[in-house]
Amino acid sequence: MSTKVLPVLRVRKRLNRSFTVSFLLFGLLAIFGSFMVLPLVYTINNAFKPLDELFIFPPRFFVNNPTMDNFYDLVALMGNSWVPFTRYISNTILITSLGTAGHIFLASAAAYPLAKYRFPGSKILFTIVILSLMFSPHVTAIPNYMVMSWLGWINTHAAIIVPSLAFSLGLFLMKQFMEQIPDALLEAAKIDGASEYRIFWSIVMPNVKPAWLTLMILQFPALWGTDGGNFIYSENLKPLNYALSQIIQGGIARAGVGAAVALVIMIVPISLFIVSQSSVIQTMATSGMKD
Amino acid sequence: MQAERTENVAVYAVPPEKTSRWALLRKQLHTHRHLYVLMSPFMLIFFLFTVIPVAMSLVLSFFYFNMLEFPRFIGWQNYARLFLNDDVFLIALKNTLLFAVITGPISYVACFLFAWIINELSPKVRAFMTLVFYAPSISGNVFFIWLIIFSGDSYGYLNGFLMRVGFILEPIQWLQDEKYILAIVIIVQLWLSLGTSFLAFIAGLQTIDKTLVEAGSVDGIKNRWQELWYITLPSMKPQLMFGAVMQITAAFAVADISIALAGFPSVNYAAHTVVTHLMDFGTIRFEMGYASAIATVLFGLMLGTNIVTQKLLRKVGE
Repeated sequence: MSTKVLPVLRVRKRLNRSFTVSFLLFGLLAIFGSFMVLPLVYTINNAFKPLDELFIFPPRFFVNNPTMDNFYDLVALMGNSWVPFTRYISNTILITSLGTAGHIFLASAAAYPLAKYRFPGSKILFTIVILSLMFSPHVTAIPNYMVMSWLGWINTHAAIIVPSLAFSLGLFLMKQFMEQIPDALLEAAKIDGASEYRIFWSIVMPNVKPAWLTLMILQFPALWGTDGGNFIYSENLKPLNYALSQIIQGGIARAGVGAAVALVIMIVPISLFIVSQSSVIQTMATSGMKD
Repeated sequence: MQAERTENVAVYAVPPEKTSRWALLRKQLHTHRHLYVLMSPFMLIFFLFTVIPVAMSLVLSFFYFNMLEFPRFIGWQNYARLFLNDDVFLIALKNTLLFAVITGPISYVACFLFAWIINELSPKVRAFMTLVFYAPSISGNVFFIWLIIFSGDSYGYLNGFLMRVGFILEPIQWLQDEKYILAIVIIVQLWLSLGTSFLAFIAGLQTIDKTLVEAGSVDGIKNRWQELWYITLPSMKPQLMFGAVMQITAAFAVADISIALAGFPSVNYAAHTVVTHLMDFGTIRFEMGYASAIATVLFGLMLGTNIVTQKLLRKVGE
């Protein structure tokens, strides 16, 4: 009795860990963590600063008298700009939602055969997908522009949405995740007489929900942050991020509104990630390249 | 149904009768026709906007093409001009290689190091720290905040801070001075670089079999470094290979940040990269053949580095 320590008092010691090194490593994490997060905290603070605080010298990091003025100004600006501000927002929402949902659907449909079957062409197709991860879309920018102009898609939202549907990283991650689905499940459905389409839609898709969220989190920020690039030149087709850059170029007079828009643009993808984090991590566990 | 299953198996077996290869292929195509239908929309778009453009780029790099006249074959002239007559391209190439050599390995190691430390934390703190490190890479174009931080007048945060401390008397033109531009672009690039591979590492670390660690300690593993080297890293090889691809590709593609911070073109081409050079000829001068030659060089650089790195990583621990 006397030799035994009460279970409550027993400190669980982890294997192979010394306190000093842990302390140093966590210190390192804290320093770099603040380096990572400070610009974001600054953006949040800026959005709530009154004009006089935005231009104070020496510049101050945190807000003293938080105000919602910048957001009211933004709403006012929305009402009386030449192209209604809501148009920019609806353009961005259209591009982002169609691009993301379409990508998840098409990538899953293409990933299912690659994950579960071997058929003529399956190996070579997957190799091409892997190779395409190894160069950035900049490489194909020039021919892409020509293809777009032949298709007559210049200055339409299709020029942004359609290429993003076939984002190869999404296919790769989805395929890796689908390999975990037990074959027995698919066999059972087949014995019950389900067609491939049926199996894909009612068995595979519900089982890869974490991967949907992962594809969303990888696709969403790129589309949400697009400014239309070289493809869109009509003002009423431009997305939100373009409007933001215009407001920022408006300089001092628009500094407050610019800070508010920056916060709006930043906060949406980050909130999505907060909601989907555990699913994303679950998917990424299968992301490895085996060979 | 049973028949269909045996057909799937028969694909790899020797055909019972002597059928021609074409007949066999046709049979397989027929069996799997639904799979091809499922794949076709994605693959159609993928080929149209990724595979065919790469081929077009390779072919066009041997032509003179300005989008108006019919392309004219000029052999290796574009490449000769690129490496022998275009000083700006050589600056761009030097900068790109510098970015790649610095940001590639540093960001790769940082992704792993921070994921590794974060993995020691309790689940709630771990989720929070993952968010902190991952958020910059998905926060859209928020990197323009760095413009304010490095702003050249005394309202810039860095200038304001250094002047208050008394380190400098006059504001420094951070983004117009060749001495600083490259370093600043690298810092911001690193800030943005804890993306997909970081998440893959976080996830990979959580899947490591705990019993391996216990078994290892029985076998004489004493501290965390030995555990890292003998257990953690070998168990994470697939994620490490995936992360390498992501970081290498990103490291060669620096352009948007350079343009946002240093302008286009940057002062004396101090932050000019292969991608900005490509944009210059492709979207401003419309010399499509020449731009395609630049794109082909970039393609070769990215693909070559990736394939070599994959070969090397595969050897680690063998």
